[in-house]
Amino acid sequence: MKVINIDQKKWTKGIETLGGTYKLIGPVAEKDFHTFKTLGQGQLPDLSFTNTRLSPKDVVFPQSEDMFVYTLDPTEEDCNILKEAPKDYSPRVILGIRPCDARAVQLVKLNFDTEQYKDPYWLRLFEATTFVGLACDEPCATCFCTSTGCGPYGEEGLDILLAKDGDGLRAKVLTSKGQELADAAGWTDTADDGGAFDKARQAAEARIVSKVKTDRLGELDTLALHGADFWEDVSFACINCGTCTYLCPTCWCFDIQDEVHGKKGKRMRNWDSCMFPIFTVHTTGHNPRGTKLQRVRQRFMHKLKYFLDKYDQGIMCVGCGRCVQQCPVNIDIRRVCDLMNSYSSENACAVQG
Amino acid sequence: MQNPYLPYPVRIDEIVVETEDKNLKTFKLVFLNKEDEEKFNYKAGQFAELSIAGKGEIPIGIASSPVEKGFLKFTVNKAGVVTTHLHSMKVGDIMGVRGPLGNWYPWEMLEGKNILIVGGGFAFTTLRSSIVYMLDPDNRPRFGNIDVVYGARTPGMLLYKDELIEWEKRDDINVHITVDATDDPDWKYNVGFVPPITEQKAPQGDENTYAIVCGPPIMIKFTQPVLEKLGYDHEHIIMSLENRMKCGIGMCGRCGIGKELVCKDGPVFTLADINRTPREY
Repeated sequence: MKVINIDQKKWTKGIETLGGTYKLIGPVAEKDFHTFKTLGQGQLPDLSFTNTRLSPKDVVFPQSEDMFVYTLDPTEEDCNILKEAPKDYSPRVILGIRPCDARAVQLVKLNFDTEQYKDPYWLRLFEATTFVGLACDEPCATCFCTSTGCGPYGEEGLDILLAKDGDGLRAKVLTSKGQELADAAGWTDTADDGGAFDKARQAAEARIVSKVKTDRLGELDTLALHGADFWEDVSFACINCGTCTYLCPTCWCFDIQDEVHGKKGKRMRNWDSCMFPIFTVHTTGHNPRGTKLQRVRQRFMHKLKYFLDKYDQGIMCVGCGRCVQQCPVNIDIRRVCDLMNSYSSENACAVQG
Repeated sequence: MQNPYLPYPVRIDEIVVETEDKNLKTFKLVFLNKEDEEKFNYKAGQFAELSIAGKGEIPIGIASSPVEKGFLKFTVNKAGVVTTHLHSMKVGDIMGVRGPLGNWYPWEMLEGKNILIVGGGFAFTTLRSSIVYMLDPDNRPRFGNIDVVYGARTPGMLLYKDELIEWEKRDDINVHITVDATDDPDWKYNVGFVPPITEQKAPQGDENTYAIVCGPPIMIKFTQPVLEKLGYDHEHIIMSLENRMKCGIGMCGRCGIGKELVCKDGPVFTLADINRTPREY
């Protein structure tokens, strides 16, 4: 297979060159963890990470984002009329995104890029971004990406896939957008790798030992799963902190709020969470998902059943394992997925004979 | 790229206090730009997000009818932050409207059918839109018999009273107005809750008859068995749901009832559709 070899010198030089045309976003060490940040001049992405604690979903879907601005000053002609908020959609590259997180962007795209409506904020940022992935040769114990239609060398949603090769990198260019970036960076040293890339992929895939089964989720009856007896047990320890939805690369729910400072106002959107009771409460006080059980069930049913049924593109989980690692009460989506996938009510048993 | 979150600017042209408790007002809105009005091409049963700069947005059913041109009407109950502010606004004030949103009553399927409309309280807005639409001289021949059962707590709580009285006198629509109770000795319409009045007055269900039902949960709960008893199939009972909404275009994630989103896949569903969802509304 043809790959581009990038040694350390070319990598440093290429990043420096790209800084002239692209805004660079990459992993940087912050205390005990890594996080994706805009890189300063001369700063290199730190590729010595397993994965970041937060997913880089904010690159295309900022946690808080202005939508419109307006004036409330009655002496101004356009008082009370909403105007587009000024935005920066200049080209940017995310360097070192993991394949799971890149696939997550593709899953979220199904929500924001529909036949009837296009979300202009999400799509413009998406289009402005080139995705340069970094393959995982040393996965975490909680990674289960090979069960979710992805993998440590997954290519979906990436423009370039990088893999470590000793001190240097091998690059597989996947799209024209990726080719453009490689050319701009001066990464042109193409060679046949003699199968090394594929071999590394197979080795990495073999290191993913955590697996879940999702094969029955599609055929199971929605209402039977919704009424299943295990939700009480699954949700018992949940404290509705929302950490899972905050970390999750495929969670996209948002709120829209107005904020006023003096005579100037803006309408903005912020990440929201189905774990919070206020997410669904009606003005009357009635709340269709007022209990913890209902909210926990909503999160898992949305990810593992509703999304699958709606789009037929697999489950809304890429197996990054963040929620498994960070949940303060050890709720494990792998266990819930197994409970759902193997569910059979008495009736379901009878039907299956 | 068209921005589906951007409201059209509108001016409040008229405000009518609808009910004796003054908690419901109808706002007549006129587009500031004529071309926006042409883009806002709606059908009876759809809703819109009313936008107030500095306060936010609220999803409200469209009470005006597609056959009424030059304005939109929304009847709004004073309840939360945005609606309370809206109730303090005056004629001439500028606000925004975003839409039309959601699906509508299935007018093409309803063509040639008998229609029973059952409404309660202030959930009569899109039903008013539908009645005005069906009674339009161009449209009336496209439908069979039209029956309406509409109730409120008291005579003073009925919406659109002038129109109700006028419809009641017509011979091409059977209007059954009812109130839960009244001490008015001159009250000449029905007294009783909507479900029993429906049982007394509504036509039998058959394959050519559809019921459109909108009202408070308690009314829906007791009307459903009545309609079943009258022979209405669940495929023939059409309802409009409400849930907390923000975006109104199927993106923000909160109004889901299973895989269906009330804002985009609804708000109009048949009871048969609703039975297939987890009913989280």
